[in-house]
Amino acid sequence: MSVGLVTISYIIATILFIKSLGGLSNPESSRQGNYFGIAGMTIAILATVFGPQVSGIGSLLTIVICMAVGGSVGIYAAVKVKMTEMPELVALMHSLVGLAAVLVGYATFIDTNTGFVGAEKTIHEVEIFVGVLIGAVTFSGSLIAFGKLAGKISGKPLLLPARHFLNLALLIGSIVLGKWFLNVEDVQIGLIPLLLMTVLALLFGIHMVMAIGGADMPVVVSMLNSYSGWAAAATGFMLSNDLLIVTGALVGSSGAILSYIMCRAMNRHFLSVIAGGFGTDGGTPAAAGSAEPQGEVQPISAQDTAELLKESHHVIIVPGYGMAVAQAQHTVYEITKFLRDQGIEVRFGIHPVAGRMPGHMNVLLAEAKVPYDIVLEMDEINEDFPETDVVMVIGANDIVNPAAQDDPNSPIAGMPVLEVWKAKTSIVMKRSMASGYAGVDNPLFYKDNNRMLFGDAKKMLDEVLVSLKG
Amino acid sequence: MRIGIPRETHEGEKRVATTPEVADKLQKLGFTVAIESGAGAASDYDDEAYKAVGVEIVNDTKTLYDTSDIVLKVRAPDLGRGEVDLLREGGNLISFIWPGQNPELLDKLAAKKASVLAMDMVPRISRAQKLDALSSMANIAGYRAVIEAAHQFGRFFTGQITAAGKVPPAKVFIIGVGVAGLAAIGAANGLGAIVRASDTRPEVKDQVKSLGAEFVDVDYKEEGTGVGGYAKVMSEGYQKAQREMYAKQAKEVDIIITTALIPGKPAPRLITAEMVESMKPGSVIVDLAAEQGGNCELTVPNQVVVRHGVTIIGYTDLPSRLPRQASNLYSTNLLRMLEELCKTKDGIIDINMEDEVIRGATVIKEGSITYPPPPPKLSAAPAKPAVAAVPAEPKKEGFKLPPVVSNGLLIALAAFAAYGIGIGAPTAFMEHLTVFVLACFVGYMVIWNVTPALHTPLMSVTNAISSIIAIGALIQISSPGKMLTALAALALVLTSVNMFGGFWVTQRMLRMFRK
Repeated sequence: MSVGLVTISYIIATILFIKSLGGLSNPESSRQGNYFGIAGMTIAILATVFGPQVSGIGSLLTIVICMAVGGSVGIYAAVKVKMTEMPELVALMHSLVGLAAVLVGYATFIDTNTGFVGAEKTIHEVEIFVGVLIGAVTFSGSLIAFGKLAGKISGKPLLLPARHFLNLALLIGSIVLGKWFLNVEDVQIGLIPLLLMTVLALLFGIHMVMAIGGADMPVVVSMLNSYSGWAAAATGFMLSNDLLIVTGALVGSSGAILSYIMCRAMNRHFLSVIAGGFGTDGGTPAAAGSAEPQGEVQPISAQDTAELLKESHHVIIVPGYGMAVAQAQHTVYEITKFLRDQGIEVRFGIHPVAGRMPGHMNVLLAEAKVPYDIVLEMDEINEDFPETDVVMVIGANDIVNPAAQDDPNSPIAGMPVLEVWKAKTSIVMKRSMASGYAGVDNPLFYKDNNRMLFGDAKKMLDEVLVSLKG
Repeated sequence: MRIGIPRETHEGEKRVATTPEVADKLQKLGFTVAIESGAGAASDYDDEAYKAVGVEIVNDTKTLYDTSDIVLKVRAPDLGRGEVDLLREGGNLISFIWPGQNPELLDKLAAKKASVLAMDMVPRISRAQKLDALSSMANIAGYRAVIEAAHQFGRFFTGQITAAGKVPPAKVFIIGVGVAGLAAIGAANGLGAIVRASDTRPEVKDQVKSLGAEFVDVDYKEEGTGVGGYAKVMSEGYQKAQREMYAKQAKEVDIIITTALIPGKPAPRLITAEMVESMKPGSVIVDLAAEQGGNCELTVPNQVVVRHGVTIIGYTDLPSRLPRQASNLYSTNLLRMLEELCKTKDGIIDINMEDEVIRGATVIKEGSITYPPPPPKLSAAPAKPAVAAVPAEPKKEGFKLPPVVSNGLLIALAAFAAYGIGIGAPTAFMEHLTVFVLACFVGYMVIWNVTPALHTPLMSVTNAISSIIAIGALIQISSPGKMLTALAALALVLTSVNMFGGFWVTQRMLRMFRK
């Protein structure tokens, strides 16, 4: 294949990738979008393999073996993964992209056949340096995120003393190493600053994600998604490959926008999420309880819940991370189906940061066969709560906390929330009275029109279903 | 302790203080319960129903009073009928009392060394809502007011277009949006009328709207929220503007339901004789404040009168006109009160004056008058949160540039960087940079169109696409040197995991999204 043909193939692949992302604008076209993505990837790979830069039957064989090994591992994971574990899988995959970017960076540096001189050489080396840096941060950060999401590492933010200075020191260290790296002529010696910088970047990635708490994970996962894109783009620069640059930029901006959407949904500044912890303005989270909610909570039994549901006309279900933990989405669907068959309108209200990654709840509900047209966004459904008879809050807390609107001293003040308390009755399913991630007590629980259904979400919902059918 | 429920003696009073269902629950709290024969008859609870849950039936009023430690009633004891004399020395009484209007009754009860809890004095705080009998009775009164109005009103409430001509919908105007007003809005709306409502407290506007009615503002700025969620007396200027608004509404609407009350004061006169005169013939006014003197000048308490062709209903016993429902709710309120009094569930009551709710309701404790209670600590609906007691510690903020300056600096920095790159970088790099920047913008445009429901598939597909980095590995795999090949091969394996896994799992997820 000639260089021209390869370039044309790359252009076609680029268009297909853009169309792939565009296809996700609605569920109808999304499957087609994924096929576009696959087609684009296939064209890009084939064009490269048969292009001028790959030669020899040995290389071909290596490629086939490597891709077969990697591909089968990937497909195996994709088939086996549970939908509740999607955030972990995505985080793990980000780390692979990061590691690949590091490896390619090293290979490019060792490869002395480029023949760049002067400014071009400097720029090339800067590209390598930056590419490896982003790749390493993505790699270690994603691994930690994976650990936190999978529960292998505590979800609590690890707040080292003077952590901002630590980050700053790591940054300055990297810059100093970068300067050293640029001034070295010999590849063997040049490897030393590169390796040292890689270690620093790995530490930085670990430290950054360790400092971020469990419920901020949607931001972290989308941010790492963004980084993996920038890593690809940086690799594109070092290899002078436009396809990599374009694709990396697409992925990078996608992740960046997702992070922005998630931050906005929590009314938090991006920097304060990244800087770690909750309420970085000083003070411990729990100390802000200026307005302790008063009164008593009113428990309700599964049977009474079923009665309430049966007698209502409009029901809204608000799922949270608790539903994912309890794997209750299938029972939720059974209840939904039963109620809909009785002519009761059932809809779902999804908060943008419900769960541990963007769109987490939608995927779980889709897995349980809940039709997507009754699954609505917060902004679409918030106005409908006053006309709703029963709201079931399943394993969610902060996203339905009225203090965000009422109490200006609350740590979550100003965060957009689902206004479930405006419904005639709200039922909160919770394991105990423990406060949510933000460490804020929830005045919703004490409202007169609220009832608490204590217990494991799956078990209680099963009981509700039995009572409904009984 | 023994609870006694006498028959209500007030004329036309059909409610009973305890239904069989509640009597059963009272016994579970450790009390024994006795009821005067026929007490529940007017509420359709016969003696048999009480007997079935183990309540003792007492035929004689005096015996009942003599043997009861706690007497539960609906209406305040009637001095004229000697109900106070019947009460045992040192006994307990829980009922409506209206201590503000009945000082004489209070003195007589105190002389009996009794302890008296007034259900109308329960503080209106959120914790006490379950024992707020005023609210539950007002709810019924509001509903019944609409039914009474519909009964007297010679037309449909709902608009219709029939073969015999067009029927316009009735217009209902509700003054005072408390519990009764809200119930009236709901009932009138349910019957299909066009409903408007007004109140001096602006915070009820949303409640009015949520029930599907229109809120009519008074064209004057003043806040009408008093302590405890009630209204307060308004200024003269406001009242004038209010009268003009009422006069205008009176000409337009068919039915007016007034529920305006200010605690401890006679009901405000809102509807004048001229306004009544200006109403269409056949219109109806229901005055829920008739007992406190009426919101309408022409109201006659307890009667239905026709003035200037307008029917004015002044019933003061609206809750009693739905006796079974009213008894159910009232006796549940009493049950909640007894639960508060008897937290140990051993059938012994403890009048704990430290408890805000019990303190408010208790008007006489063991013969000494404790009315009026100290003012409630919290307003039921605080108009504005008072300034936080302890202002948050001032943030340790360093020197901060005004936004214009910092934005300017940012732009300058960007311009400087752009200049630096532009002057130093080779052409090849500039081409790549162009591609990169344009691609970022394309990504920006495309991603904003992605529906939030598909954010997870978006992440997994972008993840799969970012394994395009495999190209980098492919390019290097043929490079000389074992080291290079090994690095490239490893990178290729890693990216292949991503590539295949990412697309596969995305497809798996997208397949699940269905209508």
